[in-house]
Amino acid sequence: MSLLQVQNVSRHFGKLVAVNGVSLTVEPGELRAIIGPNGAGKTTFFNLISGFFPPTSGKILFNGQDVTALSPEQRVNRGMARTFQITEIFPELSVADNLRIAVESAAGLRLRPWLGAKDRGLVRARIDELLDLSSLTPKANRMVGELSHGDQRAAEIMMSLALNPKILLLDEPAAGMGDQETYDISRLIRRVHKQQKLTIVLIEHDMRVVFNLADRIMVLGEGAMLAEGPPEDIANSEIVQAAYLGKAA
Amino acid sequence: MNNSLKQPANIVVWVVLLTMPYWMGFVGGYTELATRILVMALGAMALNFLLGFTGVLSFGHAAFFGLGAYGAAMTIKYIAPSSMLALFIGVLVGAIAGALIGALIVKRRGVYFAMTTIAFGQVFYFIAFRWNTVTGGDDGLNGWHREPINLGFTQLDIYHNPMLFYYFVLVIFAVSVGIMALLLNSPFGRTLLAIRENERRARFLGIEIERHIWMSFMVSCVFMALAGGLYALLNNFTDPRALRFDLSGNFVIMAVMGGMRSFWGPLVGAAIFVALQDVVSSHTENWMSVIGVVFVLVVLFFPRGILGLTRKANNS
Repeated sequence: MSLLQVQNVSRHFGKLVAVNGVSLTVEPGELRAIIGPNGAGKTTFFNLISGFFPPTSGKILFNGQDVTALSPEQRVNRGMARTFQITEIFPELSVADNLRIAVESAAGLRLRPWLGAKDRGLVRARIDELLDLSSLTPKANRMVGELSHGDQRAAEIMMSLALNPKILLLDEPAAGMGDQETYDISRLIRRVHKQQKLTIVLIEHDMRVVFNLADRIMVLGEGAMLAEGPPEDIANSEIVQAAYLGKAA
Repeated sequence: MNNSLKQPANIVVWVVLLTMPYWMGFVGGYTELATRILVMALGAMALNFLLGFTGVLSFGHAAFFGLGAYGAAMTIKYIAPSSMLALFIGVLVGAIAGALIGALIVKRRGVYFAMTTIAFGQVFYFIAFRWNTVTGGDDGLNGWHREPINLGFTQLDIYHNPMLFYYFVLVIFAVSVGIMALLLNSPFGRTLLAIRENERRARFLGIEIERHIWMSFMVSCVFMALAGGLYALLNNFTDPRALRFDLSGNFVIMAVMGGMRSFWGPLVGAAIFVALQDVVSSHTENWMSVIGVVFVLVVLFFPRGILGLTRKANNS
């Protein structure tokens, strides 16, 4: 069974059609990239999948169940996690506390006024594991707002991972990064994908990242799907080159 | 996250509070002033549970303070001469009002939330102001006083002994702030911080924002009503000003002036506010303008409040 099935979704903002009848099927364990020029509707498409706002029409199935009408919180609880194009973290809290909130939320502890020693130990161990995976251990007690852009992005990915998602949606994970940071974040995404067999859908502008990571690529242009296929096909596709190089090509 | 609860600061605070009635006289104060500081500090800290640690500004919290005050006063005047029952009923009334109003307004954010809290607060103010036969109207509710507390084996005469009343209030204050500190250091408290820091991220961690804001609002209202009940007992009197929006504003000033990101900030803010009010109002009716100037200076030079400074130093 496919993990995620987006069926013919559209989203209108007034007269603007941001996403126009796009469908997407993602298999478990897949790493799918969505590319497209600015304004192609990639982030809007992500917002529809994650429940940031509902589609004007169309349907979204996750794990075989219709989640089209569910709130973001409900989708998170069913195993969807996402990051944002502009990093969304808790800037004035430490890296460890950022992760702690995510871990406690995932463990269903978020209403607890008290934690027993056993729960505290489990939470602690999970935080350490995530810190270790992202190489953020030395910075665990620093305020996350003070860290470099790359480290903040990594922290956000780790918070999403803390939710033990079935699918991870990454919105331009390498946005605004230098070469070294881009390399580091790609490696982190690959490691997470391989080690945990985690299904990932990512939007990205940096083609090195996309062609390096993705199993399959979907191309959006002006709200509609232009092409879909393995990286080799996409790289050679005339439609895609036209969309990226401009109509003149 | 524990910066605001550092051990040395805690020790200083508790030593000061435990000894306050003994040195208050030497600095020109008196026991009732010390008690008033405690009561207002409890109110400011209750407000700050919502403001500083959930990131939600209520400008109508005097409503719950006043409901606690009227609840307590009317219990003793009309139902039974018991201080404990009075406090209990006061808290109950504040909690019920908080639960209902909270459920109606948690979907509002920022200035809209603040405006609706003012509106609800003024509703209660006008009820108290107009309903003469029950609330005493503009003249307030008098003709009653706090009652000694019967422990079975002995009786605490908190009515005739102001010192004893101070320590009675201090015990309630200690239990209340202890509960708030415990909550803030729990997963529940961290969830509230998450909402304060970044609502979008919190939502996408699976946190039901409105439900948690409502619960934080409830905690805040309960302790606010308790402070109001104690305030009525302290004065043996209450009037509609205990519900009015300028008092709500005063609690916000106390919290912001003392430092709303620090646990003890509102206590410091309340102490300065109440002491200034006491000193200045004996010289001029325009005491609020003096407090206004102090508030402006603090906001200009200590944007994070008076205790915001020490917290910053702790972090780096």
